[in-house]
Amino acid sequence: MHIPDGFINLPASAGFGAAAAGGVWYGLRRSAASLDDLRIPLAGLLAAFVFAAQMVNFPVAGGTSGHLLGGVLAAVLIGPWLGATVITVVLVVQAFFFADGGLSALGLNVFNMAIIGAIGGYGVYAGLIRLLPATRSSVVGAAGVAAGMSVVLAALGFAFQYAIGGEGGASMTTVVTAMVGVHVLIGIGEGVITALVAGAVLSARPDLVYGARRMMEVARG
Amino acid sequence: MDRRNRVFLLSGLVATLLVAAVVSGFASGDPDGLEKVAIDQEFEEAATAHALEGFVLADYGVQGIENERLATGIAGVIGVAITLVLTLGTLYGVRRLRRAGPGEG
Repeated sequence: MHIPDGFINLPASAGFGAAAAGGVWYGLRRSAASLDDLRIPLAGLLAAFVFAAQMVNFPVAGGTSGHLLGGVLAAVLIGPWLGATVITVVLVVQAFFFADGGLSALGLNVFNMAIIGAIGGYGVYAGLIRLLPATRSSVVGAAGVAAGMSVVLAALGFAFQYAIGGEGGASMTTVVTAMVGVHVLIGIGEGVITALVAGAVLSARPDLVYGARRMMEVARG
Repeated sequence: MDRRNRVFLLSGLVATLLVAAVVSGFASGDPDGLEKVAIDQEFEEAATAHALEGFVLADYGVQGIENERLATGIAGVIGVAITLVLTLGTLYGVRRLRRAGPGEG
């Protein structure tokens, strides 16, 4: 999912870069008040975990692999605004230290994986969780489904960027179809990993899970 | 910070390091979803070289270490450390700025 330099032209990259920077800035402002001595190390741990998990490409059909994006996982565990910051830091480290994701494409990647992936994905989660009973399985299930959908949404984000500034002359329709097709499969992996990790944290420390606050309130009565 | 929080953070860090150091060595080497689409739709040629492709950690390896699994594991642990420090630095920095700032900020 990491866009290299050259796929999207510079004007479009700059535009999405500005939008992504605005989104991350807004997210930091929204979450600044909540930065206490527990949330900061939790965010650090989560960023480190997402970095590590993104290294582990899992095979999907036809000689293709995918890896966790982690946006919904981060958002459900620590909130969408701080979650977007966490994913952004991971993308910055990957681009500047591991040559993964182009430098000129950093804004495109932050837009797709942090803004769409974490904030948009949390929107999907919030919509789902409202329809479900306030239980642990609801949180795990909604996180998994939202995570899977967020991968497809992020893939559509790329297709949108390609429509605006794509290089290499591929047709819009085939790019959309191909991106959605393969990312539905990768989304299943994303959903499974997200559900497993969110479920593990939920069993150990439900009080630390941002997306389970309603569940905890109901449990308290 | 109470003991439960310390235990949770430390266990999480151990799990993270295991993934970065060991599990990462078993990752699939196949192209990812976007790369595959770019190859199939014939726009992967549009990609230009990464400015840092010669950097010591490029592509999650460590230059000079031949054993790929070992190199990936070391790169992973270094990446975890950088990510941790950068996140903590950013967030403690934001908190500091906010406290130093005039009123709402």
